[in-house]
Amino acid sequence: MKKIRESLGDRVFNAVNLTLITLMMLIVLYPLIYIVSASISDPDLVNTGKVWLWPRGITFEGYYRVFQDSSIMVGYRNTIFYTVAGTLINLFFTLTAAYSLSKSDLPGRRFLMLFCTFTMYFGGGMIPSYLLMKNLHLLNTYWILLIGGAVSTTNLIISRTFFQNGVPKEIEEAAFIDGCSPIRAFSTIVIPLSKALIGVMALYYGVGHWNSYFSAMIYITDRSKYPLQLILREILIENQMKADMMAAGAYVDELLLDAQVKAASLIRYAVIIVSSLPVLIIYPFLQKYFDKGVMIGSIKG
Amino acid sequence: MKASTLPSAAPKKSVWSKILAHRQYYYLLIPAILWYAVFAYGPLYGLQIAFKNFSGAKGIWGSSWVGLRHFKLFFNSYYFPILLKNTLAISFYSLLAGTPIPILVALMLNEVRNAKYKKCVQTILYAPHFISTIVLVGIIIIVLSPSTGIVNYMLRALGFEAHYFMTSPSAFRHIYVWSGIWANTGWNAIIYLAALSNVNPELHEAATIDGATRMQRIWYLNIPTILPTFTILLILSVGSLMSVGYEKVYLLQNDLNQTTSEIISTYVYKRGLQNAEYSFSSAVGLFNNVVNFLLLLIVNGIAGKVSDTSLF
Repeated sequence: MKKIRESLGDRVFNAVNLTLITLMMLIVLYPLIYIVSASISDPDLVNTGKVWLWPRGITFEGYYRVFQDSSIMVGYRNTIFYTVAGTLINLFFTLTAAYSLSKSDLPGRRFLMLFCTFTMYFGGGMIPSYLLMKNLHLLNTYWILLIGGAVSTTNLIISRTFFQNGVPKEIEEAAFIDGCSPIRAFSTIVIPLSKALIGVMALYYGVGHWNSYFSAMIYITDRSKYPLQLILREILIENQMKADMMAAGAYVDELLLDAQVKAASLIRYAVIIVSSLPVLIIYPFLQKYFDKGVMIGSIKG
Repeated sequence: MKASTLPSAAPKKSVWSKILAHRQYYYLLIPAILWYAVFAYGPLYGLQIAFKNFSGAKGIWGSSWVGLRHFKLFFNSYYFPILLKNTLAISFYSLLAGTPIPILVALMLNEVRNAKYKKCVQTILYAPHFISTIVLVGIIIIVLSPSTGIVNYMLRALGFEAHYFMTSPSAFRHIYVWSGIWANTGWNAIIYLAALSNVNPELHEAATIDGATRMQRIWYLNIPTILPTFTILLILSVGSLMSVGYEKVYLLQNDLNQTTSEIISTYVYKRGLQNAEYSFSSAVGLFNNVVNFLLLLIVNGIAGKVSDTSLF
């Protein structure tokens, strides 16, 4: 009797739980589906609220215009460069230091660790950083976006914890007995055994480069060096706010005839897709690593 | 201390020979340590301009000292109470609304028995975390547009009046906090899910045999497991109460919602880099960082006393 009642309670629990989770998933999913649908729909139908889930009046005009737009394409090219080169620099700086700091018998390790972690909790702030970059003559150069954030302390701690626990000590020690030097052991034994870590670190750093805008806004003035996000800011935020502000004082129909607004509305959904797609395609492949808790190491420094 | 990593480092040797034996590890540390020295500690040197009248011609070192003048100016200014209130309001709201939801989501996901469905839900919940701040704010502006946004079409269809949320000071905090929850709940749940995967399944079996219900098992087994994680994350978020995500706030700002949307960090950016008032805004930024640092120390101390879980 008791058993039946419990399994009933279990079934009710499962039903409620699954319903809530599905609901949550739909809340997250809906805006994404809406953007995809709007990107291939007739802008007039989108702007008059006729598209609310599935695409209507299918057209690829938006995508065509995105790929025709030279500033978007230059921004895209710059962002690919910043992301690839920047992530390689990040990985080099972070992994080398994390490997050394993972050695518990390294003299001075505690001090070196503190030297790095202190900066997580206290920093100079925006203005002294800007003056530093100015004095180093890095303003308005590619370098500033590549090297400015070369190490993230959180990622350094994650990597250190991974090297401590995730790489079998015996293999390394056997190599040392055979006369292998630490640097060789690092590059030929430890790195090949750390694919999960490198994947996750490349993802974190890479997404950071791909999505960041604030450093570029502060430090880069030359439009030909703009990353994609700054171009997106003009299209998605500045132009859209202008159009909305105008509309607040004008008739909607009149505004829809405005060629510039129409052109912007044609492009904005497509540009969201084109700019976000690379990252959204890559992360599911690395998901199994972050679920397993590579990042749990970040919790305790 | 054992010297197991290097065969050459025999025990009972002096510190110097130990360091020598480890020299290659120090070589590997050089790039990162140099980077920290220049890019993380360099700005600390520049912080002195908060107590000086910085002039570009004289440089950081050569500018003349003015003591606490910039701090006094800031504390006495009309903006100080507004900025402080806006900054704290937005971070407490984020903390209160944003902390429990990922925990709930993790506890719920942990109970899903169908592994495929669970993975599918996770993939979707993580997705918005990978969208850039610019695109996120762009989407917010598009859907909230008074003339063409889907939200206002729905409001009109339901018989309400259209509302321009983006320029409304009373809507700003809700937009900021709930868009953040939409974007980051799934991602923030990961760390709790990882902690939950450490619960020994035998404990659950034993509890089931003893007649514990599902809810009882969650309450007495799962929640205690994630408590240390929760404590650490809480320390970190209280320790950064004053550093609201200014990159997003800045994008959501406009002239009409500034009464609630202007926070200390965006004020530093505007006064400092747009108006080139370097010394004054460095002082404002320093005030912000010092308060943050003190909060972190206090909360860490309390947590260490109360629960044995602390950051350092």
